[in-house]
Amino acid sequence: MTVDHRQHHLDDVRAALSVLVYPLQLLVDLPGTTSEWFRESLSTRRGLQEENASLRTQQLVLNTQLQKLESLEAENMRLRALLDSSFQVGKRPMLIAELLSVDMDPYRHQIEINKGSLDHLYNGQPLLDSQGIMGQLIHVGPFTATAMLITDPSHAIPVQINRTGLRTIALGTGSIDRLDLPHIPTNADVRVGDLLVSSGLGGRFPPGYPVAEVTSVEQDPGNTFSTVEARPRANLDRSREVLLVWPPKLLEPAAGPASAAATPDKATEGDTSGDKAP
Amino acid sequence: MTLTRHHGGLIILLSFAAAMLLTIIPLPDSLRTLRPDWMALTLIFWCLVLPYRVSVGSGFLAGLLLDVLSGTLLGEHALSLSIIAYLCVRLHQRIRVYPMWQQALTVMVFLVLHQLLTLWIDSVIGRPMPSLGYWLPSLVGAALWPFVFQLLTSLRINFSVQ
Repeated sequence: MTVDHRQHHLDDVRAALSVLVYPLQLLVDLPGTTSEWFRESLSTRRGLQEENASLRTQQLVLNTQLQKLESLEAENMRLRALLDSSFQVGKRPMLIAELLSVDMDPYRHQIEINKGSLDHLYNGQPLLDSQGIMGQLIHVGPFTATAMLITDPSHAIPVQINRTGLRTIALGTGSIDRLDLPHIPTNADVRVGDLLVSSGLGGRFPPGYPVAEVTSVEQDPGNTFSTVEARPRANLDRSREVLLVWPPKLLEPAAGPASAAATPDKATEGDTSGDKAP
Repeated sequence: MTLTRHHGGLIILLSFAAAMLLTIIPLPDSLRTLRPDWMALTLIFWCLVLPYRVSVGSGFLAGLLLDVLSGTLLGEHALSLSIIAYLCVRLHQRIRVYPMWQQALTVMVFLVLHQLLTLWIDSVIGRPMPSLGYWLPSLVGAALWPFVFQLLTSLRINFSVQ
């Protein structure tokens, strides 16, 4: 039975059983949700006004940054068009899900979210928060889904150092604030503070999203590889809302006619090869 | 086998549901690693007291639900809970007459066995070895056994579950 599961034949059984335990999970989640609700409905006018003002300022700042980003994106597309590289940025469809406050195995970094296959979630779907990539879905039931965080000891994510473009793999360690990068050669250019972004290789995570920040680099000339540690950017243990993203091509056929669906497919294929080239 | 009709199946189900709730209820980080395996404790109790109603099959089902709840490999807890259910049912006549502290020790052996089996499966599928704190839930579970036993016994008597 255990072996059977390795080939994912039992996913349907698990999905069916997850419906059975869903009421229990809701019940456990209830105190947290109600206290949140009370806090929101009992908050004072003054507090709301302050929050509103700060959100307004934040939105202004973000909008300004977005303007810059849009012009940069346009410029980037122009330059890439000159180089004949078919890089597609594309808007990705997103969905916000909330965590269920239930505890899982303390030796695994997994979370439970309140959306499932009824909301078209799928196995292996990437999970983000406002700061960076959090993890991916590993089991999807009709109403809930289980996600593995990037810090789980059995998780690995392909990343790229933003400054130099060096590609490597970040492994989870089992502690919530640390990732290991064991495959960086001693002579590679890595510095503390470097931003690691997802490289999109492997086709599971969207390319270009922040993953972690390098916190320590130990280069021992005697070893082939240097010891590099990084801290995840996402608030893995604090976020309550998470973002689920879909790859652009999956929703394309539903939106347009079949002939339109063929072109973005090619574009995304070109995208991965264009990704590898630099 | 008893000649009277079976009573209180609902109570048994509810006790298992309560055990599942206790398994997933959020605890502060310092206590998380100490959480005893409530499902195993409940299962051991019912196997000792009503071996003709709760045994390997119930253990297997409870284990499957526990697997889904805790996101482990499907069948992992099912296997280990079935095995301790079998042992409990085999030994229930002997364990029932033990004094409480000896009973708690036996329960600890069962809990350690349960954890050992899940650890074995976990290491087979290539998960890293956890620290020594992994075994603490068994100790906590054994320490809580007298209370669990009293609580469930009073439930059983009040609702005349048999």
